[in-house]
Amino acid sequence: MKKYLKTTWTHIRRSPYQALAAIGVMMLTFFVTSITVLVAVGSHVVLQYFETRPQVTAFFKDETTLEQVDILKAKLAQTGKVKESRYVSQEEALVIYREQNKNDPLLLEMVTANILPASLEVSTTDLTYLKEIAQILQDESQVEEVVFQEDIVAALKNWTTILRKIGLGLVSFLALVSILIVLIIVGIKVAAKKKEIALLHLIGANRAFIKIPFVFEGIFYGIVGAFLAWGGVYLVLLYATPLLVEFFAGLPLLPVPFLFMLSLLAGELLVGSLIGSIGGLLAVKRYLK
Amino acid sequence: MIKFDKVAKKFGSITALNGVTFEIPVKEFVFIIGPSGAGKTTLAKLILREYLPTSGKIEINGLDLKELKKKQLVDLRRKIGVVFQDLKLLVDQTVYENVALALKVLNKKEEEIQKEVHSVLKLVGLNEKADLFPAQLAGGELQRVCLARAVVAHPEIVFADEPTGNLDPATAWQIIKLLKKINQMGATVIMATHNFEIVNSLKERVIEFDKGKLISDEKKGQYRVR
Repeated sequence: MKKYLKTTWTHIRRSPYQALAAIGVMMLTFFVTSITVLVAVGSHVVLQYFETRPQVTAFFKDETTLEQVDILKAKLAQTGKVKESRYVSQEEALVIYREQNKNDPLLLEMVTANILPASLEVSTTDLTYLKEIAQILQDESQVEEVVFQEDIVAALKNWTTILRKIGLGLVSFLALVSILIVLIIVGIKVAAKKKEIALLHLIGANRAFIKIPFVFEGIFYGIVGAFLAWGGVYLVLLYATPLLVEFFAGLPLLPVPFLFMLSLLAGELLVGSLIGSIGGLLAVKRYLK
Repeated sequence: MIKFDKVAKKFGSITALNGVTFEIPVKEFVFIIGPSGAGKTTLAKLILREYLPTSGKIEINGLDLKELKKKQLVDLRRKIGVVFQDLKLLVDQTVYENVALALKVLNKKEEEIQKEVHSVLKLVGLNEKADLFPAQLAGGELQRVCLARAVVAHPEIVFADEPTGNLDPATAWQIIKLLKKINQMGATVIMATHNFEIVNSLKERVIEFDKGKLISDEKKGQYRVR
């Protein structure tokens, strides 16, 4: 292993510009990959955040009894499409109202529990059930009004899906380009070392002795490119975190946990070595006949 | 033991070797002589199995070269050290690295490689020039680097293809003395040459080729002065 690494390092050291080109392309791929992963995970977190909020709220008429509320809750549970339903009494509504308007005493004056309606906050197991659940609540005679945030969450889900698809497409394309670049660069090196390879065959080198350093070279480009791209993205993210925290106020997004970034690095190093080894293997297969 | 049995090698309409039969026992020193184009280099390439014979059979240590599997071919080549006519030195590697290559392919440890390479470079008188590149060496020195690479792994067979070509007599004799020493250490040495002065002086076995045909095979002591 040590001798293969040494030979690989000699190959790289003796043609540094080709190595830089390969690492540069790998960096670009993993830069985009890192951003795509962060955006995808971030949007997923935002979506989850909205999904865990009450999605349908039914406001009851004043004469509604607790027994009627329980019957309604049971009816909703029977559909199997409700994740959680929570009854908010008039008193609780007043507490929430006061908390929300604590900085505006004018709005707190003259407001008592009697003028606020009791409500049922319902979240569904899937956003597609929102309409159906809202309709069930609407049909109940003791329900005064139904409010649900279908549009925001549906739009967010739509955008998240589109972002993921575009990211995946871009990353796949760049990964393919990286494989081709490694193939070409390692291929050039194999071609440049044709005489040396022929000599190695004649003095009894086995195939592994000749091939492995070229495959290692591809892996080296993948690993270094992935690491540099990850480091760059992480630095930018750390620098921008204070600004982003203000922008995404209220959302549980930032700061990005270090453990998550470490997992991202591990994943990218793995994918980097995979892309590099595929490029190296293809080059060896193609040019070392 | 190297055994050629009615071996022929053709390249299209050109016959490089034609029905050649001979045997070379272990530890023998043999000269292969003949003019340019006689088939000496083809012989070397057949022994290394760079070429396969068009017809006939070549055996080395009882193995038919036509039947060799990949691993057996690697093992065979590790047993043969070759001083190539065109030297085949790697211009971007130092003298040390060129010689060490023959041991690296055998997966030897770094310490062992260092010890063996310095020892053989001392033997060929190039220890002081271990860190130089081939472009910085004279013709005779290049021949000696090639010889060092051929013998550093202690091969059973050494094939030297015109190792004294273009060398001054003094340097040529240095090379011959080294080959004799290697032979005395137990290796079979086959030397292709058309330097008759050397052949006449050493009085070893001489196999003579002309236009691809073996025209004489004179055992040690039966040689005739040319």
